[in-house]
Parts: sequence; structure tokens; C-alpha cells
Amino acid sequence: MAKRIDVSDLNIYYGNFLAVEGVNVSIEPRSITALIGPSGCGKSTFLRSINRMHEVLPGARVEGKIVMDGQDLYGADVDPVNVRRQIGMVFQRPNPFPTMSIYDNVAAGMRLNAKKMKKTDTDELVERSLRGANLWNEVKDRLDRPGSSLSGGQQQRLCIARAIAVEPDVLLMDEPCSALDPISTLAIEDLMTELKERFTIVIVTHNMQQAARVSEQTGFFNLNGVGQPGRLIEFNPTEKIFSNPDEKATEDYISGRFG
Amino acid sequence: MSQTVSPPRTDHPDLPGPVRTRRRLPRYAATGLYLAGLLLGAVLSALSGFNPALTVIYGVAIGTVAVYAASRAVEGTRKATDRLVTCIVVTAFGIAVVPLVWLSYTVLDRGLTRLDGTFFSNSMVGVVGEGGGAYHAIMGTLIITALAAVISVPIGLLTAIYLVEYGSGRLKRAITFFVDVMTGIPSIVAGLFAFALFTLLFGNDVRLGVMGAVALSVLMIPVVVRSSEEVLKLVPNELREASYALGVPKWRTVVKVVLPTAIAGLGTGVTLSIARVVGETAPLLVTVGLITSTNLNPFDGRMATLPVFAYYQLTQPGTATQAFLDRAWTAALVLIILVMALNVVARLISRFFAPQTGR
Ligand SMILES: Nc1ncnc2c1ncn2[C@@H]1O[C@H](COP(=O)(O)OP(=O)(O)O)[C@@H](O)[C@H]1O
Ligand SMILES: [Mg+2]
Repeated sequence: MAKRIDVSDLNIYYGNFLAVEGVNVSIEPRSITALIGPSGCGKSTFLRSINRMHEVLPGARVEGKIVMDGQDLYGADVDPVNVRRQIGMVFQRPNPFPTMSIYDNVAAGMRLNAKKMKKTDTDELVERSLRGANLWNEVKDRLDRPGSSLSGGQQQRLCIARAIAVEPDVLLMDEPCSALDPISTLAIEDLMTELKERFTIVIVTHNMQQAARVSEQTGFFNLNGVGQPGRLIEFNPTEKIFSNPDEKATEDYISGRFG
Repeated sequence: MSQTVSPPRTDHPDLPGPVRTRRRLPRYAATGLYLAGLLLGAVLSALSGFNPALTVIYGVAIGTVAVYAASRAVEGTRKATDRLVTCIVVTAFGIAVVPLVWLSYTVLDRGLTRLDGTFFSNSMVGVVGEGGGAYHAIMGTLIITALAAVISVPIGLLTAIYLVEYGSGRLKRAITFFVDVMTGIPSIVAGLFAFALFTLLFGNDVRLGVMGAVALSVLMIPVVVRSSEEVLKLVPNELREASYALGVPKWRTVVKVVLPTAIAGLGTGVTLSIARVVGETAPLLVTVGLITSTNLNPFDGRMATLPVFAYYQLTQPGTATQAFLDRAWTAALVLIILVMALNVVARLISRFFAPQTGR
């Protein structure tokens, strides 16, 4: 079940360093929201604060509010572990568990949380998730091989299968294609378009064509200089951002004028 | 400026090619020069009455100089320096290996005399001369070392997990510091510590196998902590994050993702730490003592262990001196075999438990 996310006045810190300042945005359910912007402007930091992965780092903290369907994710009584069960994440570099087979990687969310499941149910879950990630046909004969025996693009789809197997409401993807070849990239873009029927997807990308191809909404992050906090400069429908953005900085970035 | 690859020249085959070639020494020149050097060395040492060690020393020195000079004349300075350094490195390696080979040879040569069935099946009860064996000492060493491992591995492993996964700030620094200090504790001090501890608890003249195990643990724990810490640090952070992102709590991530990923290195480290303490003599001498009969209960009285057994056979031979010396050498040989077996086990562990990446 896809959910809506409202972010208000979000400041994100690494220790005393303010990395991202004053983000206000609403992310629509059942759609793809792309985040673009130059390196170091805080896209990853913002993305990781949505599922409370940011605070895993020592000294990292967040001020402000993130509300998902009425529930404040940073509320005092909210367990970050539960937030992460509802908001899945796919990382830049594919990171399947090296000690586990393809099958176990997909079932990892259940296994690691020691959820008791019947073998047939697990089989079904694994097949459904791998089909969902468009990987089933490629790996159905070798589910017991290690996950690291796959190609980079297959590994990334395995990670997507692993993320959707726990049935989250939201899927965050941090440059999921930047380590992949163009064909694998297309495969994953197609996959995202299918997945948005069921999930709210937020994707960070350096590839502007990719943002234009897959997303409905686009946010542009920028920073004024080194050591300054990153800000969400503009958030608009993708078509508008790429044809007629409100902000000069956005236009400069999209047309390749920097500095 | 870009370099272009020129097509192979067919028109002027005798023009110099793009790669400059230089004259090289013939393949066996270096070996030949060394053999000549050894021959010369033999002659030189024969001047003062022939001596094999002197022959080798003269020979290597002459050979090195000869190879360097020949290479410098024929191949140029860069190649000559290369050859000189190669000679020095190989010589250094040779020097390092000499004691090892010598020791192995001596222990094998003298230890094999008594490496028989009796040695493994008999204790020393009632033996004053020939015969007798070290069954009681072998079992004692195995039991006490196993007990030491049972104490050290959980403590060491949990400490390492704390340091890598949870610790921060002052406590972490303090633990790291004390582990460093423990690494440097002389083994006799560990023995005296266990001795004092048990004397305080149980009164004078207490001798127990478990005292030895405690003493060995003091030596073993820092080794386990250090090796486990290094291995746990090698587990990529991405795996932990992947697990967190699936909504897995931290302790489950440690137990089900981090430890299985590191299991090969952890097993290797533990095995090597056992090998490190299995031959300790001093701490066992003061805590466990020695008996001639078999005692398999580490909570009841003195026990025999291989290193202490060897020590007493050597230092307190009876009238049949040779029989005692033979038993000491064989005990040393068995100990070396034990350590080597542990090293092999460590290799096998790291081979079989390493995460498979095979395509
Ligand atoms: N682990 C960290 N500790 C401290 N500062 C960090 C850390 N990760 C990122 N930063 C800082 O936060 C800012 C935003 O980084 P990031 O979110 O990775 O940018 P992006 O993903 O847009 O390239 C940068 O200035 C970066 O130096
Ligand atoms: Mg980033």
C-alpha cells in the first residue's frame, strides 16, 4: 500500500555540520519522485533521513518533521526499526549478502527478522518478489547459488527483490543505476515504472534523462558553496522542471551551466 | 602530446624496434657464479681447516659481488641494482629459514626415537628408567587448552563485538588500551596472577588444572580480541546498512549478517590464538604443577601437561638420563605437531567458511 510523505522544515546534521537545511516537500503516493542536483548537495542525506537510516551514523541527527500518512516518523514513540520495515531502500552499489544464496537473499527480510513462515509460503514470496524485480526468469534455475555470482545489474535487481519482499509502503533508491551498464539501467527503469503501481518511489539520480523518463515529480537540490548546507531549490512536476523551471539555478543545472 | 603505436615495420627488419633492447646475462649466469663462489669459498675456508659454515658465508659473499659486477658490466646499473637487492633478499630469507630447518631437523631426529605406541598410551606411573609415556601430559594439555578456549573465546569475541559494533567514546578507548596492555603481559606474570587468585580463594598449596586454564586465558583473551576486531572491521558497512534497511534490529544484524560474514576469519583467529598458548610452560609450571599419573579432572589437583612434562624430563632426569632426554624430545615433537595441526585447521577453516563469490 503506497503512502504519502510530508516533510516540513527538515534540517539534517552530521554532528555540528548542517548538511541539509529547510526542506519542505510532499511526496505523492503511487508515483516516482526524482531528486537531482550536484554532488555533495545532500540528496543521499535527505533520502536516508526519510527511513531513519541517517541516524545510524554516530553524531548524525535530524530536526523537523516527516509525516507518513498522518504518522510522525520522528515521533518520540516511534521505533526506527519499524519505520525501516515500512520504507525500504536500495543502495547505489548492489550489496547482496555474500553468505546467502539468491533465494536466502530475497527471503532475508523475513529470515533475519525470524518470522516463521511455511516453506511453501517462502517459496511463493521469493518467486513473487523475483518476478516483481524482473529477475525470476534469469535465476529460477540457480536459486541456491550465491547472490554474488550474478552480474552487477542482476545483483541490483536482486537487491530490489529483497527490498520489495518485505512489502514496504515506500521504496527509496539512491542512484540505483549509477554502477550499471545502459541495458541493465533500462531494465531497472522499466521495473520502476511497474513498481510505482504499488509503491511510492523516491529516486536519487545523476542522470537527468533518467529523471525525465521515469518520474512524475522532480526536486532540485543545490548548495551555495562548500561548507554551506544543501537546500531543496525547486520542486515541481518533471515536465515543468525540464521545460520551464521557476528557478534560474535549476535551469542552469539542467542545461549544464555551472559555477 | 600523444603517443601513437607505430605499425610493425616490415621494410627494414634490421632497424631497431620501438623497444630498446639491452644485452642480458645468460639465464644460468647467476647460479653459475654462485656455485663458483661456493667453490672459492671452500678453498678459502680450507686454508684455515675446512669449515662448512665458513664456506657458505664466503661463497655467498663472493657470489653476490660477482653477480653484481657481471651484471653491471653487461646489463647496466639498473639491472645490476635489481640483482644485488634480489641477492640480499634471498640471503636474508635463507638466514631466517636456517633456525627453522635446524630446529625441525633436531627435534625430529631426537624425538622420533620414542615416538611409539607406549608414548601415547602410558603415563609415567612407576617409571624410573626406560619406557613410560606422556598420555597423561597429552590429555592434560588438551583439556587445559580446551578449557582456556572455553573461557577466552566468548569473552574475547564479545569484547571484539562491543568494540567494533557498539563501543564509542571513553569506555571503548579504555578497553582498547587495556587489551593492548594485556597483550604485553609476560606469561609468568599471568601464571602468578592465577596462582595468587586461587591461593586467595582456596588457601595455600592449591593446584588445579583450571588454574592453568585461567592463566592461559589471560594470555589468550587479548589475542582473540585483537584478531576478531580486525576481522569484524573488514565486514563492509554496506551489509550492515542493507540489513538495517530491511527493518532488522541491530543485534540481529550482528548475529545473522556480520558474524556469518566474518566466520572464516574468526575461526582462523581463534585457532591461532589456541596455537599461541598451547606451548606455554611457565604459567602452567606455577599453577598446575606435574604428576606422573593420569588426572583428567581439571578441578581436582595437579595435572600433567606436555611443556611442563618436557621441562621436568629434561631438568630432573633420574639415573637413566638418556631415557628421560628421549622422552623430553618426543614431548617437544608432539607439541610441535599439535601446533602445526592447529595451523592447518586454521587454514582449512578460512578455506571452507569464506563467503563464496564464485561465478
Ligand atoms: N558520513 C558523513 N559524515 C559527515 N559528513 C557527511 C557524511 N556523508 C555526507 N556528508 C556531507 O554531507 C553533505 C551531503 O552529502 P551527500 O548527501 O552524500 O550528497 P549527495 O548524495 O547529494 O552527493 C556533503 O557535504 C558531505 O560532505
Ligand atoms: Mg549521494
